[in-house]
Parts: sequence; C-alpha cells; structure tokens
Amino acid sequence: MSERILVAMSGGVDSSVAAALLVEQGYEVIGVTMRLSAGGSRCCSLDDVEDARRVAERLGIRFYVADYADAFRREVMEPFADAYLGGRTPIPCVACNGRFKFHRLLERARALGAEAVATGHYARIERDAESGGWALHCGADPAKDQSYFLFDLGPDQLARARFPVGALTKSEVRDRARALGLGTADKPESQEICFVPDGDYARVVEALRPGAAPGVGKIVDGDGRVLGQHRGVHHFTVGQRRGLELALGRRVYVQSIDAARNRVVVAEKNALGAAGARLAGVHWVAGRPPEAAARARVRVRYRHPGAGALVVPLDDRSARVEFDAAVEAVTPGQAAVFYDGSRVLGGGWIEEALS
Amino acid sequence: MRIYLDHNATTPLRAEVVDAMARALRDPFGNPSSAHAEGARAKRALEGARERVAALVGAQAAEIVFTSGATEANHVAIHGVAGVAGDRRLLVTSAVEHPSVDEPAESLHAAGWEVVRLRVDRDGQLDFDGLEAAIGSEPALVSLIWAQNETGVVSPIARVAELCRSRGVPLHVDATQAVGKLPIDLDRIPVDLLSASAHKCNGPKGVGFLVVRGDRNLAPWLRGGGQERGRRGGTPNVPGIVGLGIAAELAAADLEQRAGRWTMLRDRLWHGIEAKTPSVRRNGDPASVLPNTLNVEFTGAAGEVLVEALDGEGVAVSAGAACASGAVHPSRALLAMGRTAAEARAAVRFSIGHGNDVDQIDRVLAILPDLAARARALAAAEADTR
Repeated sequence: MSERILVAMSGGVDSSVAAALLVEQGYEVIGVTMRLSAGGSRCCSLDDVEDARRVAERLGIRFYVADYADAFRREVMEPFADAYLGGRTPIPCVACNGRFKFHRLLERARALGAEAVATGHYARIERDAESGGWALHCGADPAKDQSYFLFDLGPDQLARARFPVGALTKSEVRDRARALGLGTADKPESQEICFVPDGDYARVVEALRPGAAPGVGKIVDGDGRVLGQHRGVHHFTVGQRRGLELALGRRVYVQSIDAARNRVVVAEKNALGAAGARLAGVHWVAGRPPEAAARARVRVRYRHPGAGALVVPLDDRSARVEFDAAVEAVTPGQAAVFYDGSRVLGGGWIEEALS
Repeated sequence: MRIYLDHNATTPLRAEVVDAMARALRDPFGNPSSAHAEGARAKRALEGARERVAALVGAQAAEIVFTSGATEANHVAIHGVAGVAGDRRLLVTSAVEHPSVDEPAESLHAAGWEVVRLRVDRDGQLDFDGLEAAIGSEPALVSLIWAQNETGVVSPIARVAELCRSRGVPLHVDATQAVGKLPIDLDRIPVDLLSASAHKCNGPKGVGFLVVRGDRNLAPWLRGGGQERGRRGGTPNVPGIVGLGIAAELAAADLEQRAGRWTMLRDRLWHGIEAKTPSVRRNGDPASVLPNTLNVEFTGAAGEVLVEALDGEGVAVSAGAACASGAVHPSRALLAMGRTAAEARAAVRFSIGHGNDVDQIDRVLAILPDLAARARALAAAEADTR
C-alpha cells in the first residue's frame, strides 16, 4: 500500500498542483480544505471549497472539509485585532501558517493514518548535510517565495511538511495546472490577508473587538508637539503617509505608534530609518541560537528584499538585529526573518525599532 | 468492498425499484392529467403507487399527496395548516426536529406566531407533561418527529395522537425515519398529517409524500395545475413515484423480520464497541429507539475525523450534520439532550439497512478501536493548543 499524505487544498492553483504532483509520485493523497471563516472571507468561501473539491474529483482523491472557524478566530483573528489595538502591525499569516495550520493538519493527518502534510507554499525543505537536521529554504521562484511565513515551523513540523511546488516557478505551476486540465489553472492570486480582503484593517479590527477601538487621539512630532488629530491608532501603521490629514507644507510619515496614550508620532522621511530592531519570540530553525552573533540578510516584512545585518542572540527566544545601513519602516508586530543565502536561519517578532 | 452504515442519510435503491423506474421512464411517459390513452396509462401507474404507499401506512389512497420529498411534505403540512389557522397562531413542536420542520416553524415565528419547542430529557425522550400543558393553549398544530434522525429515539406518537385527538388539535408527524423501520398504522393511531420520503427506504431521491387524513382543509403550498386534489400543483414525477410505490411495497412486505435482523446487527455493533473501546456511551433511550440506529459518543474524540478515518478504511458512517461548506455544527438534537458542544462533537451515528450483514459489522469492529484512539489523540492535541 502506498504512503498516505494529506494535502491542504485552498482551492487555488498552487495547492491544486501540489496535490496533482503527489498523485503522480504515487502517494495516496487525501485533500483537506480548512474552513477558516464562518462567513464568506475570500480564502475559504464556498466557491473555493467547491474549486478544491472539483480538483480532488479530477485527481480521484478523497476530499474533506475541516471546520476550524472557531479556532481560527480565537487564535489568529482576535490576536490580530488585539495587536492592532496595541499599536502594532501584525502579520497573522505567519502565526496561521506555522502554529495554526501545520499543527492542526499534522494532527489530523495522524488521525487519518497519514504521516506528512503537503501545502502549496513556495518554499523548500532540504536535509542539512552537516547536522543531519532539516533546513528550510526559499522557493525556487524569487517572486513567489513564501519561506518568510514558515520560519516558525518546529523541527517535527519541518520533518513532516512537504512543499511540492517549492522547486517550481509560478508560471511552471500554471503550466502544470493547464496540462492537467485543472480548473484552477488561471485563478487569480489571493492577495493580502485572507480575512481582510478589501484592505480595510480598521473596519475588521472594529468588527472583531466591538467597542475596543480607541477614539480620537493626537498626532505629535518627535518632540511631543501636537500637529493634529487622528481617528484612533488602529488606523495607522509605521511608514504610512495617507490618512494623516495634516497640512504642514511638508510630507510626514508615521514613525511610531504609542497605543497607551493613543498617539501617532510622525516624522519626515529621512528620520524613518531604524538602525536595528529588538525581537521577541525568536525561533532558530536549527533548534538553538548560534554561539556567536550571525551575519544574515534580514527581511522585515513579506515583500522586503532583505538587508544585511548582524543578528545578536540575547537568549533562546530573543535577539537584537543591527542593520548595516538604516532600514525604513521597521514595524512592531511584523516578523523579521534571517537568511543565509536561500536558507532560513530563523526569525522573530519585531518588538521595537532601534534608532 | 465498502461497508455502508449510513442508511439514515440515504439508502441504495432495491433492484426491484430500479427495474420498475427504468421501465416507467419509457412507459408510461404520458401526463396523468391528460384525457387520452397515454395519459390514462400514466394515471394508472400513479394511482397504483398511491395504493401501495397508502397500504404501507394504513391510510386511504385518496389521502396520499405526492411531493418532491419529506422536506416539501413538511412545508405543505405546516404552511398548509398555518394558512387556514385564522387567529390560532400557536405552533407546538420540539427541540429535536429536522431542519425542514424547524425552519418553517421559525418562519411562522418571524411572521408573529408563537412557537413552543418541547424539551427532551437526557435520553432524548419528549417532555410529555410539557405537551399536555401546551395543548391547553389550543395550538393550531402540533408537529413532532416520530423517530429522530440522529439518535433514532422514537417518540410516543400513539399517546401524543390520542391526546391531540381528545383536545381537537391537529397533529403533524414527520415520519421520514420511521417509515419502513417501524410498523405504522394510521387506522389505529389518529395522526392527521404524516410526512415521509422514498429515499430513506430504498426508493429514489426527490420523491416523498404527505398523508392528509380525512378531508382536512390545507392552504396549497405549490399552486398551479390543481394536481394532487389541489394540494400540490405540478406534473407529478411519475417514474419516481412508481419507484416509491415499489419501495413501499417491499418495505411493508417483511418489515418485522427486517427490523429484528437490524436490531441484532445494531446490538452486535454496540456490544462490540462497548467491549473493545474505552469511554464510549450510547446516545438516546435504548428502550425506545429505531431498530437500525446506533448513536455513540466516543468521549473526547472528534466525530468528524473518525468519520473521515472510517471512510478511508471503506466504512461509511456520519457525525454531526455538516452543511455544504463543511461547517461542523454540534448536533442540535444532542445539545437539546443536555450534551455539551464537545460531547455532541464526539458523536458518531451508525445506521443499518438493507444489505448489511454480520461479517460487515465484525469487520467494522476490527478496525474501530484503533481509529477511535487516533481521533481522540487529535481532539486532545487540539485542546492543548487552546
């Protein structure tokens, strides 16, 4: 009997092709769509479930819908709202992909007699020749690389995760989907955060935590001078210019957010750079921090190409990043992920930007 | 070979039903309302089926109204009575009804009706005292399920019917799960309206019926054409109804013997589960349950995962009702029986039917304890992350 593997099928082209490749490789594939929203959030609407189901039928594999709407709200959406209300700009996709998705799917896989879980992520897992452990690498398509979202996967999760499209480019994936006659071949990319489909973060935060949104607050400069008013700190993120509605005769940007005092601090562009960052919740893929400070390319948000830096471990779970040159919009709540070439060394959550 | 233990969801067609329907798809093709010979042939087929269905439930042929299924029959009954109820705007029903009764009840509530949902006890048994009290308020209709689809618990419909009759209150019974599993004789039990479907007793999907006893006045639900004595407009689904008629005849033929056999298989399954699997309990009053239904709580397990695991080993059963998008809602029936959401989620329903045998039950028992243990480990792991 062939080895069983569970594939997380979102209804999109990447996970569809991931499932198809595993079928070709001779696995007994079980498709699972995670239902994450009780309403109609784009990532898991009924249409997407039906797209995934059609692909599963085409591939001749078992297919189930797994309802995680309650847990997703509790563990991903509500912490997202709380982080915004706390003056941060969270990246829920990291928590979702690592702890939330892989944890649950691996457990479900075990219950169904499958040892591994595959997804449509553009990332690669390779055996590290030196240590014998598992190493996480960027996907082969630099424009689609999603390793940033996966830095927090633990060793057990890496050992049992499979990324069948990680070695392909997006256009190769679409070609494979077309060749296989999968209906999802030309489906548009999903963008942004799945439960904020229109990019209106403040509205989502207010809906998740009714009554918790701060009211009108002050916009101040670095010296504490009041420059104007804002509608609540959850409308802002570091580096933002729009929505400040100030007439100062010069362009200013959000430099930092002081949630405790409901204040937005603004500065001119040349003052936005950060020399470093303090990180919490640090995870090292190797399982423990390096003995000495590590040279790395550090990405401070998903689309950030990365900046040269020294990563100084402070203890097992915290670190300080010292950039070679100032980096703009280092934003509390985002993840900073460390790379050595294509290899992910680890990452952590930005607590504060250091000047 | 797969083992199908989900007969309360739907059943495979008996070969005799398939043969009769296949013939009827070609002939008679006529419209039963037509005056010519083709129409008359179709009309004969329709009326033959009507007699077979009437015989199954102890009613007169003229009292059978064919519908597209039990859901429609429930709507015809509830909205039909409501439409002629005048000022008597009270509906008495229960907390364990199928959604096709519960949702029409809810729409009456939205239209200003008072709706009383009788409670059930921990075994799923109806609060009969509550019914007696509610009947004092002279409801327009009492609508109760005869046998609950998830737990199989059988309501005391004979007593309910006597009570309703003595107070002059019309009684509708959703007998979808009871028909073909319990003997039903409406000549002895004074039910006024009774719904059922063909596909729960080895007939086709998309066909059902409502029994309307006597000459009760009902507001028509589907208007147009005046078919079914003006109670259900639309050209009838003749091949489907022919299939229903044959299924009804087969269901009536050896009902007692079949029920005894199902009881034996069901009890073998339960005793096997109880002996080999720790921490299980049976949901629903074992003294008053359908012969084919076994609802088991695998305490601490995720029921829907156990369903998927069994599916992978070739066994079809079901957990809580899942909607088209795959949402898992804890069973309303089990919540009404005082179970917590976690307990309700741990329930799995096994429902036996035509084609099951001892060997199949033993094969299920051979794999179930292991799969249940894994489904429990999953639920425990999920609880840990909270």
